[in-house]
Amino acid sequence: MSFVSVISLALGAILIENFILVKFLGICPFLGVSKSQETAVGMGLAVTFVMGAASLVCWVIEALLLVPLGLEFARTVVYILVISSLVQFIEMFLRKAMPGLYLSLGIYLPLITTNCAVLGVALLNRQNGYNLLESVVYGVTGGLGFFVAIFIFAGVRERLELTADVPKAFEGFPIALVSAGLLSLAFMGFSGLKII
Amino acid sequence: MKKIFKSGLLTQNPVLVQLLGLCSVMAISTTLFNGLGMGVSVTVILTCSNIVISLLRKIIPDKIRIACFIVVIAGFVTIVEMLLKAFLPALNDSLGVFIPLIVVNCIILGRAEAFASKNSVLRSAADGAAQGIGYTLVLVTMCVIRELLGSGTFGKGVLGDGIRVIPQQFPAMMIILPFGGFITLGCLIALVQWRTKK
Repeated sequence: MSFVSVISLALGAILIENFILVKFLGICPFLGVSKSQETAVGMGLAVTFVMGAASLVCWVIEALLLVPLGLEFARTVVYILVISSLVQFIEMFLRKAMPGLYLSLGIYLPLITTNCAVLGVALLNRQNGYNLLESVVYGVTGGLGFFVAIFIFAGVRERLELTADVPKAFEGFPIALVSAGLLSLAFMGFSGLKII
Repeated sequence: MKKIFKSGLLTQNPVLVQLLGLCSVMAISTTLFNGLGMGVSVTVILTCSNIVISLLRKIIPDKIRIACFIVVIAGFVTIVEMLLKAFLPALNDSLGVFIPLIVVNCIILGRAEAFASKNSVLRSAADGAAQGIGYTLVLVTMCVIRELLGSGTFGKGVLGDGIRVIPQQFPAMMIILPFGGFITLGCLIALVQWRTKK
């Protein structure tokens, strides 16, 4: 695979086909954990890491276990088990090796199991027939796309809380959805972006 | 029993009040066909998984209950996925990755944890059906609004090519795109808040 196609895959996953704003994967943490920019950074980093790792592990399991044994029908079950044990494992590893990072991610780690972006990226890798390198690049950059979106959105929400004069019916969740819609409109501008 | 249905459909509606399962609601609500298909699939899976988890509630150890719930749910999702592939390939193609993603739909795991693991089989089944129908109602409403404003038709896929309500040149494409999903759901939830706060 050439360098240019890696770049184009990465740009596509971050900007053009953003996981949250275009593909609608991972909306729950996007809306739930975006009240302040600090927590948004923690969640974004954790998701990026898990998405990359899940892409790698699921690809290997698919190639070494599911295809040779003819177990493709059980893919959903196997993937979700792999992802939940992976998250558990990462949690234990971080607690031992990097307690600082563990403390700052702490509560967000277990939440990632039910983040549909993680299972989504593993399934999409499979659907698009990516090879190992492409899968990992897609996983990590998809996670970066998540990071970018949640970081920008947290900034918008912080401002919204302080300054905006919101109609009573729209207070709280509805106005957050409307601003996410506007953000998604802005990201549509990237759809013209193309390499080669 | 009546109370369970009332809370599933209205007072504790999974989408509009509990704000769960939003990914699929926004992503696939572009035609009535998608909405009905997804709604029925989720209702069936939710009811079945609630029944099984309620049956097993005394056997499942407390510490690994979430993993057990996920395996049960994933099993039913796989069954539904295979049935759709065999009998409704068109629906399977248009919903794509969102069928396997029902596994991580928070409504199902949420009901397993909050209701089925604490209540009798019959009550859990009723709760699953009620929450599923509540989800389907919101999903179908979203689909009808977005399809009408975005492509100007009603019931595309269910009634052939659908009934054209708005002439071809007028519909706002934006509503079918992701932007429309966020805005439509935002307005629906705002409507509910406006009704309840009054």
